[in-house]
Amino acid sequence: MDPTSASRDPDAPGAPDPGEVFDVAVIGAGIVGAAIARELSGHRLSVALVEARDDVGDGTSKANTAILHTGFDARPGTLEARLVARGYALLGDYAERTGIPVERTGAVLVAWNEEELAALPGLKEKAEANGYRRCRLIGPDEVYAQLPALGEGVLGGLTVPDESIICTWTTNLALATDAARRGTTVLLNHAVTEAAVGEEHTTLTTNGGAVRARWVVNAAGLGADVIDGLLGHRRFTVTPRRGELFVFDKLARPLADRIVLPVPTSRGKGVLISPTIYGNVMLGPTSEDLDDKAATGTSEDGFAFLLGKGERLMPRLLAEEVTASYAGLRAATEHGDYLVEVTPEQRYLLVGGIRSTGLTAGMAIAEHAAALLAEAGLPLVARDDLPEPPRMATIGEATLRPYQDAARIAADPAYGTVVCFCERVTAGEIRDACHATLPARTLEGLRRRTRAMNGRCQGFFCGAEVGRLLAEETGRAPRDEGASTGAPRERQDTTP
Amino acid sequence: MSTTEPTGATEAPTPRRETVDVLIVGGGPAGLTAAARLAPRVAGRVLVLDREADAGGIPRHSDHPGYGLRDLRRMMSGPAYARTLVARAAEAGAEIRTRAMVTGWSDERTVEVTSPDGRYEIAAGAVVLATGARERPRTARRVPGDRPQGVLTTGQLQNIVHMHHGTVGERAVVVGGELVSWSAVLTLREAGCRTALMVSRYPKVESYAAFTVPGRTVLGVPVATRARVTRIIGKGRVSAVEIEHLDTGRRRTVACDTVVFTGDWIPDHELVRSAGIDLDPHTLGPRVDPGLRTSRPGVFAVGNLLHPVDTADIAALDGAHVTEQVLRWLAADGRPTTGEGVPILAEAPLRWIAPSVLRPDSPAPARNRLLLWTDAFVRVPRVTVRQDGRVVARRTLPWPAAPGRVLRIPSSVLRDVDPHGGPVRVSVR
Repeated sequence: MDPTSASRDPDAPGAPDPGEVFDVAVIGAGIVGAAIARELSGHRLSVALVEARDDVGDGTSKANTAILHTGFDARPGTLEARLVARGYALLGDYAERTGIPVERTGAVLVAWNEEELAALPGLKEKAEANGYRRCRLIGPDEVYAQLPALGEGVLGGLTVPDESIICTWTTNLALATDAARRGTTVLLNHAVTEAAVGEEHTTLTTNGGAVRARWVVNAAGLGADVIDGLLGHRRFTVTPRRGELFVFDKLARPLADRIVLPVPTSRGKGVLISPTIYGNVMLGPTSEDLDDKAATGTSEDGFAFLLGKGERLMPRLLAEEVTASYAGLRAATEHGDYLVEVTPEQRYLLVGGIRSTGLTAGMAIAEHAAALLAEAGLPLVARDDLPEPPRMATIGEATLRPYQDAARIAADPAYGTVVCFCERVTAGEIRDACHATLPARTLEGLRRRTRAMNGRCQGFFCGAEVGRLLAEETGRAPRDEGASTGAPRERQDTTP
Repeated sequence: MSTTEPTGATEAPTPRRETVDVLIVGGGPAGLTAAARLAPRVAGRVLVLDREADAGGIPRHSDHPGYGLRDLRRMMSGPAYARTLVARAAEAGAEIRTRAMVTGWSDERTVEVTSPDGRYEIAAGAVVLATGARERPRTARRVPGDRPQGVLTTGQLQNIVHMHHGTVGERAVVVGGELVSWSAVLTLREAGCRTALMVSRYPKVESYAAFTVPGRTVLGVPVATRARVTRIIGKGRVSAVEIEHLDTGRRRTVACDTVVFTGDWIPDHELVRSAGIDLDPHTLGPRVDPGLRTSRPGVFAVGNLLHPVDTADIAALDGAHVTEQVLRWLAADGRPTTGEGVPILAEAPLRWIAPSVLRPDSPAPARNRLLLWTDAFVRVPRVTVRQDGRVVARRTLPWPAAPGRVLRIPSSVLRDVDPHGGPVRVSVR
């Protein structure tokens, strides 16, 4: 195996070498799938990462609330509770090594009525049962001292000093890039439509050709129940749960320098206000069960609900401009916990029911998955020749960005050429993103790698120029508004 | 792979610093005109910074006639107008630096700049902010629905068509009925895209009759008045919009492959806010007096950053007007501006007024006009100015007040205002 081999060109016609049989095929290049592929390719194994869409991290992983969770509020004793707590440490450490943007903002659960106030001590106990001991009950004065812009009527709060914000896009990209550099073959535009379990290997039929592998890992997110069905199981149903979010202008950021969490009560979970890693403020999400797995549009009702909540929580926020709104789908299931089960006779591992906590838990899920596979008979021999993890582009606001970096601009003027003014993305960063191990191939992919066009003007100033640069760097013809160079499909807005 | 996935932050050395007499941020009509007027009269350097590849501002990509009337006394196309203003500023001795973006402030009149030439600071004796305005995109207007390709602002549309010679769709819906909306229709037509419908929330399409009439007859654009877009529909490419009649609530979908959100301008005020300069809550630009002075001594503001938006020539004439004020400031060498001043407030249906503060030493405003925005059509506007419970002035205007364009009122209505009195209230009916 060649650990330096990069991803296969997803536009290359046909399938991988038809004779090739991978040791493991991981279906789904979201955070969980990418983390598993990375983990497995740390061993003497050949791994394929099989993705239906035209980029990694283009499903549920791209649209979540982007919080690095301590796991303080997980149900104690569940697999999710254990893996979130473990993942928090693993991802925090990995973020430092790779440059995934993280801000240690802390969070406050804010109680607005007696029921919520009464629930706080129980939440503190629950946190302690989960092994998290740094929560503190605080009175309204201290809540307002920490968050002066909150609306009137706060009765009390519970602090969670270690809840943090993280860049979900960079996390996914780092894990997938690392996997690719460790030798994982990344197969984009390979939507699995059939699975045939044979004596020696399983054959996955995809729209990009057949993929053969001795072992199969199902990390297909919203599609995990369908893939499970292809392998003959009827264990669960994924119900897409739509969450709509508003992202407010960067000028709102001083209003919220930490996460404001709702207190879950019998009347359900409220919405949160969170600073984003890109310097904005987010309000949301709504929570609405749907039956359409492609319903990523936003709705009038969702907007009205969010504005109503925002008016109560932080009225001053609503005076700021909305930079973006978007809807993400969470892979909710009827099970209250992650569903990670191995079927040794099929050489098959299901990693299903991973909710939004999967961002935090991903690397721990990968560890757990590798252990289950080893138990079931997959030989795991650690490699001693692993490449260093990748250093990712600095797209978070807390680190020095290229446009601010005098030494870097002096060495390469492309980092001094600001193309996207609102997000201050330079020509150098766009060039880099188009030539990375897993390059940007579409406008959406470029936006997730650089933040270009994600700002307040949404392309008024830079849209045409960003499109031109993308076309030039990728060597593909630009389409009208600097549109995607990939197949048309629904697109979501920018970022948490 | 160090160039493609670069290593993290390097330590920034102490930035180099340049000093200029006058720094103008933004090289559109207002900034360039200020530069052309100031350069011959300032002993030292007058520097214009523009973040785009070429100076000239919005007119660069508005490739149709209608520019230069009031300032240059000729009618020309946007790009020709932009080139003329650049040439005039350069001939006057101003230095114009493009691809140079001001990203923040390091002290009162010192800014941080990123350009291909490096990261540096510029300290100025006086700063003129001329950063203009942008159209609110679909997201800021909180229009729900799908997120397909083909949803644009006029700015992006004109950049694609005029600067990059790209294509758009074949059947467009134009949202808004301002002057710029017709500009979008013209651009669409040039790009081979028919405007299937223009959607305006007002009972009649605002903007100039000269534009409206050809718009309706020559361009053959159907207009839905008292309507708003309630949903964007389409996977991949936009396929339709849902519109609602504001009075009946009735909804229908209109097929299209392009949607252009026009107008609904907001000043590009980031530098104003990051400086902590007072903001006018109604224009969302900096609060200035008739001398175009902001709340920060030695920092001035001109153009559509102050009044979103008036025509380019009016913005340019702000640039001319600010000249005397800047010279006075430079000569006074740090003398503070006089006092808080009296606020000038616009009452509904007026949305904003600029300038919006009057100081005892304020000169007359640019062109002796106050600029206002109305949300309702008033055929014969009777203007009343009140202060401290008394009527200071009444005036009947010979032109209508129409949404979608700036209403201008002679500044003589402020003649009897007490510069030490209470707030001044301007109303029309």
